[in-house]
Parts: sequence; C-alpha cells; structure tokens
Amino acid sequence: MIQKEAEKIFETRELNVNMGPQHPATHGVLRLVLDIDGETIVKVTPYVGYLHRGIEKLGESLSYFQALPLTDRMDYVSAMSNNIGYCIAVEKLLGIEAPERAKFIRTIVGEMSRIANHLLWLATHALDIGAMTVFLYCFREREWILDLYEMICGARLTVTYPRVGGVRNDVPQEFLESLWKFTDEFPSRILEYETLIDQNRIWLLRTKGIGVISAEEAVNWGMTGPTLRGSGVPYDIRKHMPYDAYDKVEFEVPIGTEGDTYDRYRCRMLEMRQSNKIIRQCIEKLPPGPVMADAPKFTLQPKDKMMPITHPIKGVAYFVDEKVCKGCGMCMRACPAKAITGEKKKPHKIDQALCLQCANCFVTCKFKSMKIVPGGKGLSDEKLAELAKASIPEDIVKAAEHLVAQFEFIKKGPKAPEGELYVATEVPKGELGFYFVSDGSGKPYRMRLRAPSFIHAGCLPRLCIGHLVADVIAAIGTIDIVLGECDR
Amino acid sequence: MAVTEVRISIHPAGLNPKDIAEKIKEKFPDQVVDVTEFRDQVSVIVKKDRIVTICKYLHDDPLLSLDHLQDLTAADYLKKKEVRFEVVYNLYSIKYRHKIRIRAQVPENDTKISSVVPIWAGANWHERECFDMFGIIFTGHPDLRRILMPEDWEGYPLRKDYPLKGPEPENDWPGFTEVLKRSKELREFEWEG
Amino acid sequence: MTPEIDALIKFGINVLIIIIKIAVVLGVGLLHVAYATYFERKVIGHMQVRLGPMRVGPHGLLQPFADGLKLFFKEDILPDKADKPVFYLAPVIFMAAAMVNLSVIPFASNFVIANLNVGLLFVLAMAGIGVYGIFISGWASNSKYAFIGGLRSSAQVISYEIAMGLSLVGVMIMAGSLNLTDIVRAQQESIYGMYAIPQIVAFIVFTIAAVAETNRTPFDLPEAESELVAGYFTEYSGFRFALFFLGEYIAMFIMASMATVCFLGGWTLPWYITEVIPFINYVPGIVWFLMKVYAFIFFYYWIRATVPRYRYDQLMKIGWKILIPIALANILVTGLVKILI
Repeated sequence: MIQKEAEKIFETRELNVNMGPQHPATHGVLRLVLDIDGETIVKVTPYVGYLHRGIEKLGESLSYFQALPLTDRMDYVSAMSNNIGYCIAVEKLLGIEAPERAKFIRTIVGEMSRIANHLLWLATHALDIGAMTVFLYCFREREWILDLYEMICGARLTVTYPRVGGVRNDVPQEFLESLWKFTDEFPSRILEYETLIDQNRIWLLRTKGIGVISAEEAVNWGMTGPTLRGSGVPYDIRKHMPYDAYDKVEFEVPIGTEGDTYDRYRCRMLEMRQSNKIIRQCIEKLPPGPVMADAPKFTLQPKDKMMPITHPIKGVAYFVDEKVCKGCGMCMRACPAKAITGEKKKPHKIDQALCLQCANCFVTCKFKSMKIVPGGKGLSDEKLAELAKASIPEDIVKAAEHLVAQFEFIKKGPKAPEGELYVATEVPKGELGFYFVSDGSGKPYRMRLRAPSFIHAGCLPRLCIGHLVADVIAAIGTIDIVLGECDR
Repeated sequence: MAVTEVRISIHPAGLNPKDIAEKIKEKFPDQVVDVTEFRDQVSVIVKKDRIVTICKYLHDDPLLSLDHLQDLTAADYLKKKEVRFEVVYNLYSIKYRHKIRIRAQVPENDTKISSVVPIWAGANWHERECFDMFGIIFTGHPDLRRILMPEDWEGYPLRKDYPLKGPEPENDWPGFTEVLKRSKELREFEWEG
Repeated sequence: MTPEIDALIKFGINVLIIIIKIAVVLGVGLLHVAYATYFERKVIGHMQVRLGPMRVGPHGLLQPFADGLKLFFKEDILPDKADKPVFYLAPVIFMAAAMVNLSVIPFASNFVIANLNVGLLFVLAMAGIGVYGIFISGWASNSKYAFIGGLRSSAQVISYEIAMGLSLVGVMIMAGSLNLTDIVRAQQESIYGMYAIPQIVAFIVFTIAAVAETNRTPFDLPEAESELVAGYFTEYSGFRFALFFLGEYIAMFIMASMATVCFLGGWTLPWYITEVIPFINYVPGIVWFLMKVYAFIFFYYWIRATVPRYRYDQLMKIGWKILIPIALANILVTGLVKILI
C-alpha cells in the first residue's frame, strides 16, 4: 500500500522532445520526436515530408527530357549521380546506349560526385560529433570538385550535365588536367582528415558500438550503399549490375564487419580512395569519339546536325502567304515581338521592322502559310512576295523542316516502347532506383523514385533505441540522408 | 582493421528470371494471372489474396532467397486495365544475384492488401507511402499513417484522377490557409519603411 | 590635524585605490573578453585553413565591438511561458559569479583587489554559485532543450569541481596556504620554481577539469549545438545572451589565471631562468602573468579545434572514475612526501 502510494508520488514519465525540423543536426528538415528516459532513448518517431515537392507526379506530366532537371533537386548534395541514374534508366527504357566516351565521362563525374558527397557527409558527421576542423578541411576539397563541375557545365550544385544518350558536351582539356591534379593530391588530403579523427580516442568512443545492425537485419531493412556494406554485405550495384564504364575499371569494395557507426565511417573513407582510383583509370582510358548516342528518334542531336544550313537563320525573313492563311490568330499569340497584326478570318501581316526571326509563328502555323525567304530585315512586302514566288533554296527548306521536327520532339518527348522496368544505380547514398511504366508516349505513365535516404530514415528508430541522445546525432549522420531525396 | 576492401566479381550467376516465374507458377498456379517480359525484366502478375505467402516463399526458399526488397510501390491504371491498382514488388537476391518483379492486382472497390512488413522490415515506409499516395490499405501494417503529405490531407495525389495542379486558394488544404491567415496577422508587427 | 581626520583621509585614499584597481581590472577584464573572442576566432580560423574575421577594421580588429553593439541592440525575446524574474536573474548570477573571482586573482606582486586568506576556496565557491545561474536559466526557460542543458551542466560542473578542488589540495599542502599571493610566493621560493613540476599529476587533472568546468570542447555537452541547439541558453537572446557569453569567457580567464597562479608560478619566473638570463628580472611581472594566461587560453582554443565531443555518460565516467581517484592518490602521495621530508 505504502509502496503504491510512493510510486504514485514518485511516478516518472518519459520526456517527450521534439527534434527538428529546425534543428542544427537533423540535416535539413528531418523531424524526430524522441521519448527519453533520462538520457536514454525509449522511442523515436521520424516525421518526413517537409520537402515533398511531388517529383513523381510532376514526372508523369513531363517528357523524358524535361524530367531530368527534377532529379537534381532530389539529392542536391550529389546531383550528378542522380542525373546519371535517371539517364541510365531512360536509356534502358528507350533501348539506346551512350557512346564509349560518354560512358567514361559519366563514370568520372559520377565518382566525383561520390567523393563530393562523402566529403560533405564526413564534414557534417564530424561536426555533429563535435570535430569542427574536419568540416572545414572537407569543404576545401569539395569546393575544388564543385569548381571542376563549373568548368564542364557552368553549374556547381544542380548540374544537369548528363543527358539521355550521353552527356551534354565534351569535357575540356583543362578540366582533365585539373582533375588529374586533384586525384594526385586527394589521397594525402584524406590522410589529413584521418589524422584528426581516425584514431582519436573520443571519436572511437563515440562511434564504436553505436547503431549496430547485423548483416541480415540491414538487408531486411532495405539498407543499401555504404550503410549496408558497413555491416558486411558485399552489395554494390556497380559490381552486381554494372552500368557505364564500371565493368572496365578495376576497383575494390570496402566491407565492414561490425555494422557500427565506425565501420560505416571507415567504409566511406575507403570508398573515397577507390573513387579516386576509378577517376584516374577513367582519365587514362578515356577513349575519343562522340559524347551523344546517334539515335535521332530518341536523343537530341548536336546542333550542327539538327540544322544543316549554310545561311545563318537570321538571314531569312518570314512572310505570310495570303492565299493559305486562314486568319486563325495562332501566330499572333505566339509572336513574342507582337509583330503580327490582322483580324480574324483575314490574312495576317508581319511587320518586318519588328520581326525577330524567331520562327515561333512558323512552327505554330497549322496551315503552313508561313513562308521563309532568304533575305533579311527591312524588305518591303512586295519584294518579299516576289522573292517567295521564286524557288526557295533547299537548305532553308530543310532547316525549316528540322526546326519543326525539333520543336515537336522537345514538346512531346521521345516515344518510348510500351513496358515497365526498374533500373537501379549506385549513388553515393545507396541504391537509387527508377521504376518506369511507359504507355508508349513521350511521357512516363508512372515514374517511381526509390530514394535511399527515404529507406535509411525509416531505419532510424531501429538504430537509436536504447542509446543516448547524443547517439541519435551520430545515427543520423551515419546513415547519410538528404531530405530532398527522402521527401522527393 | 575491421573494414577491408574486397573484390566483388562483376558477372552475375543467378537464375534466369523466367525460371523464377515458372517456379512461382508451379507453386501457386491459381494465383498467377500473367507473366510479362520487357528488356530482360520479368514481372509476375498475381492476385492479391495470398501475396504474403508468395513473398514469404520467395524470401525463404533457399534457392531463391530474394532477401532484398529493392522497391515497393504501386501504379494506377485508371481506365487502362480492368484492375485499377497494382502493387509492385521489386525483389533481388544479393546472394544469387537474380531478380524478379511481382505485381499484385488491387481492384478499386477493395483497396486492401496484406502487408509484407513481417517479411521485409524495410517495407514499412514504402507501404506507408503507397497508402499516402494511392490510398491502398495494407492490412497488418504496424503504423499505417500518411508519411509525405500532411496528416489531414484529403485525396491521394498519385492517383490518375487527382489533378496535377492544386485546388483554388480558397479551398486549399486547411493547413496552408491557416499559415496564410497567420502571416497576414503577423504582418502588423513588421517594420515600417 | 586630528588623528581622526588623518585616519579618514587614509581610509579615503585606500578606498580610492581599491576603486581604481576595480576599475582597471574590470576594464581590462571586459576588454580582454572582447578580444578573447577575437583571438579565438583568429586562432581557430587559422587552424582551419581560413582567415577568421577580416571585415571590420584592419584584420577584423574591431569585430568584437561590432558584435557587442549588435548583441546590445538586439531584441530581448522573452519566452511566453518562462518564469520571468528567474529568467531575468539567471544570466546576472552567472556573470556576477564569474566576475567576482577577478577580485582575488593576484595579477602582479602587489596588484590584487582583495588579498583574501581563503582566495582559493573563494574561487571554488564562486564557481559553485555560477552553477546556479546555469541551472536556473535552464529551468526558467521552460524549454526542454534548455532544461536538459541545464541538468547536464549542473551535473558536470559539480562533478568536475570535486576533481578540480582535489587537484588543488596538493598545491595547498605544498604551499601551506590558501592565499593565492602566498601560493605564488611559495612557488618562487621552492626549488622547482613552479608547482607544475612536482604536481604534474594535479596539473593535468586541473587542466582537464578546468576545461569541463567552463563547458568547453570536448566537454561542451551542456551547449552541444548539434544535440541541444544551445543548451541552457537556447531561449536567451540579445544582451542576456551576451551576459552568458561574457561569463563563459571570464570563467575561462579565471581558470587560466588559477592555473597560472597555482601551477605556473603566477607573475614570477623560476630561479633557474632568472639566474641564466638576469636582465629578464626587469620585465614587469604582469607580462609573465598574462603570457602564461594566454598560453593556457590558447591551449583551450587548440583543443576546441582538434577534438570531437564526449558523450554525457563518458564524460561522467572520466570525472568520477578517472580524475577523482587520480586526484585523491595525488593528495596521498603529496601528503606522505610532505611528512617524510
């Protein structure tokens, strides 16, 4: 009786702490609700979705080309790998293959993004555990990689450099030289980070035996990438289902044994060295040749192939054939310069002084009333009509046809065969899978993104329960999540 | 040092996915509806009734050992197929390196299917997302709540009859209108000039 | 002139001297704090391959004033459900407890505001009072992060105070006094010149405990920004936040001064140095004192730039299972040696 009374008086409750979405260590907008008993975690409930932008739904409304930049916005830390994953999936769906050189370039930039990602991961993971200097050291090298990205595509973060069927443009020689220098120096830089934390007593205390997960369990939870390999499962898509040039380069895959935070950390550190090795091999083996697949039905062709004209497109004038024009007004709405005037059901007129020669009206007209004539600005209508009567040079006609075709192609997308497929690639965080259902049109009927961060965030309760509050931070760090990818 | 670098061979030595499909057909003849193939990937379309039994067989069979659930999602075939929804399981065996896709048919009037969380713990969030996006109810799921959308959201965004563009501002999600109202209220505290 | 007036004038002069001393110490102390932040940012900046503050003034020299002004004019946010009087009081207690210590530190041979006979105890006692500031700030904020931070901090400071106090007992035994000036004098007269040599164990224990006592990396759990946002002062803003900030840096200065006074010989130099280089005697003592203090503070910064953070249970383990037993053993050995010799 007395005991019961006493229990009532001294009743204890778990403290319910809300961590995030605004919290310095939740890597974005992850929200965790922790039930803690003293400092021990009793229950963890993750809440995600604060960054949900509906990329899957958006993808269904965009053509295969247009959806590519969306993938940059998923894992914005390693956008390049996401792009590559998407391109590989679409290429497989369309049944095309990128040329050798493009494959090697993609492998190079993919591995660069792996290094950049692991550097950011190490920086934030170390900062969360309290090692502040590692953070800045890592950013020094990451900055170098981002500058290299800028050299090839003008963007640092959201690159959109790979394309379906290859890459956007060939890499400049300076890029390869600078990258070679980077690979020369990078191994010594890794040693620099390791001197700070690798054998540090506090680091070992904070990471060894924390967030342990066995191999079977890790597979069962759907973990992938270094997070899985830390537990000792030799699953790397670059080896299991090789894509790009991974079957042509030599590299090893680091495998842990304990499945704790320290092993996962070691795996990533060794992986950076392997990536460095892969980049060096790729630069050495880089074959010459084109960087876009020659598949006019599915890919955008290089500009000179697309428009084989000798006249510059500015050297022409557009002119409405009064006999054909039905006066529908489509071209008036399409004209950005408002150069076209006219009433409904009556032939329109182009004010040559205002015309920009943008060809919007030409593409828009359904009745083919627009005529292209060689010439230029400032010709009178009579002169144009006269010129139009004469035969139009063939290359201009061809150029016009190409223009229309290109317009249609971009607008409607490449016609994919009907079917469905799931293609996975090894992004720095794990397995990035794309599941496409195609109904034969230029847009995916269903686009599904299997984001590794999403799965890993789901494992958080499994990794945290029973540990202390400080270990939650280590666990968030060790699974390497980016919420943009998690929420999509 | 605990972490070692190992060399993993490139060439797979798994079963042909068609053989796996045959095995499933043999084992569950009344469940398999169809088998399709596209770009070397084989899908087995099954009925939803015994999905857990099928998955358990695929997971536990020592010769198949499909232990890695790559992906679990759904697709909405509104007006395209007789059965509106399909829940898609992409399975892979890390040990043998073969894979298979299972598609379970879920009709519109009965959007319920058994959960596979007891087999793959990682299916937990996938199923929650499916519920969130398609409204498919996974019976036996430990914690079936909305995951990406707000908890009081109406409708299932990835269904084909759900509009791409959101509703008009006045009948938007209540959470958003609340934020708008609050921001208007707080505007009076803003600095002048 | 009557002796009464004479005594009154003498008293007046004494008071004036004390006021001037206080003004000097306070002014120098606050200026020191301002530049200790600058020093820290520069040192850590250069350790981390960056420059630190560069914009305000040449090499960012005016940065501390800019920061101070900014904090001074910031809005003072009061949480809705905070315990207001206590919330307002907490930073004052924390700051005051740290500043009072300045009065007993002997900066030079005759420059000490209050030459207390129990100076050492006074410093330890004031450190104890500072915990109240931390704890009630965490409690009064009515925020869970601040609460956990306050709890952690009080537990930590109390545990490490024991280790620190015990490590100083060896010094007391050797010097035979609790007066800080006497301790310095005793060191000067001893054959070692500074107690850091015979009391090396105590010195190491003291150094570790001092880092923990001031909540600095790797023992900065109460304010571990990756876990608890900012710990006990999460809810503070503006000038109240600045008070905590000042208090922390003054506490650092006090700890560095204590190390200098008790282990490194204060303003004096060991005889074996002055014998070799005699003209070094002409350098005023305050210079040596400040150099030692800054060396110690530099050590603080160096640690911060190098090591990760301990976990709470590991920190307590170090305090109770390692530092306190070592300090006790040190007392035993020191006592035995003292008796035998």
